[in-house]
Amino acid sequence: MVRSSLTLFLAPLLFVFLPGSSLAQESPYIIAYDHYLEEPGNLEIEYFSTFGTQRASNDFHAFWMEFEYGATAWWTSEFYLDGQSTFGDSTVFTGFRFENRFRVLKREHFINPVLYVEYENISGADKIGKEVEGHDVESDYADRNAALREERNHELEFKLLLSGTHKGWNFTENTLAAKNLSNHPWEFGYAIGASRPLALKGSAKRCSFCRQNFIAGAEMYGALGDRRSFGLHHTSHYVAPVVAWNLPSDWTLRLSAGFGLNDHSHRLLLRWGVSREITGFGSMVKNLFGGHR
Amino acid sequence: MKEYLRALAATVALLSVSVALAQQQKPPASKYRKDALVYAELTKAPQKARAKRNPLEREPDAVAAGRNLFEQHCAECHGDLAEGGRKGPSLLVEQVQNSEPGTIFWILTNGVVWRGMPVWSKLPEPQRWQLVSYIKSLGVAEPVPSRGSSPKPSSGSSTVPPSEHR
Repeated sequence: MVRSSLTLFLAPLLFVFLPGSSLAQESPYIIAYDHYLEEPGNLEIEYFSTFGTQRASNDFHAFWMEFEYGATAWWTSEFYLDGQSTFGDSTVFTGFRFENRFRVLKREHFINPVLYVEYENISGADKIGKEVEGHDVESDYADRNAALREERNHELEFKLLLSGTHKGWNFTENTLAAKNLSNHPWEFGYAIGASRPLALKGSAKRCSFCRQNFIAGAEMYGALGDRRSFGLHHTSHYVAPVVAWNLPSDWTLRLSAGFGLNDHSHRLLLRWGVSREITGFGSMVKNLFGGHR
Repeated sequence: MKEYLRALAATVALLSVSVALAQQQKPPASKYRKDALVYAELTKAPQKARAKRNPLEREPDAVAAGRNLFEQHCAECHGDLAEGGRKGPSLLVEQVQNSEPGTIFWILTNGVVWRGMPVWSKLPEPQRWQLVSYIKSLGVAEPVPSRGSSPKPSSGSSTVPPSEHR
């Protein structure tokens, strides 16, 4: 168990050895999605960490690896591996997720819809908090990992992502509906975000600290109850300033400090992530299986 | 650990399927035909978009900044010298070079999504105009006779020859 979590934890180091990368222009959001998909044939490998405070129990560190592949210019596929470590308790692998995003419209519009479909197979010990839905509240995480792991969730999630970019500003709104495949009601959630690069013009020289490499903004996310009790009662909500640093050396770093907005929320969810884009991954795989060079 | 290995195997399998599906394209009659379909998108730019002037055309650094952006975001598909690659057509052809700056800007903004080019509106407008400045500076090149040889830019059509762009 410890070995598997160590592998997940150290996996980002592998990025260093991956060839064929290019400067990505990644958004700073960690929870919200904008309408931009992965470039076709590219693979983005991402590692994210979340440190969360927990009242009436131990704080935790949740982490996930994300493999994002641009199947076409209108379809992106992602695969996640989740884990978490609760201080004074244990480190556990908590499951996987498989998501797909589809661009609906051919051209760019004022608002651009993207459809999102996800299947997740995770245990009750999953604490990455990538989606806050239904009546997810802080006290759900208070049990010991051994007890939480006994619960297994097979869930389908659907999102409608609405996003647009105007004068350098990106605005996005995500509506979430999730259905546990066992006998649970539909659950709902939301995420909104706004962000902008610190400078809009590109620089004539490659530089790491140029202002256009930094994108700053904020996101807010939370739950909206379920089909039987829709609304804000017994739900958790967060607001988080976010920043992304797109380095010319092919890396993107993201940082977000999420603050709970009510007593059902964790007081702090401090998240950071590192990602690297591998261009031409599709061609590399094709060549591996005998395609033409 | 067993669970982790199973998940890892599932990752590899799903990625392989995803990649294989993405690569399953109907064989085009010729590469030219595929390029021609992409170039045809240029003619679809609305009049209002075509009429837009490049606000950075007099800016001395625009071409250099555009070159930087091109290397970072476009060269992967269109080739280091914009001569065309396996995933994207040449930008050194008359269809592109004779287009109005506004038309190229419109294509960058909207992409040619069903033919593989993503939208690039995530680059702020000034950066897209810098890219237009760079692309327009390349000029028309003669067709490449065989793979591996560099395209020849026509004399006088480019302020900076592609060979000096890197």
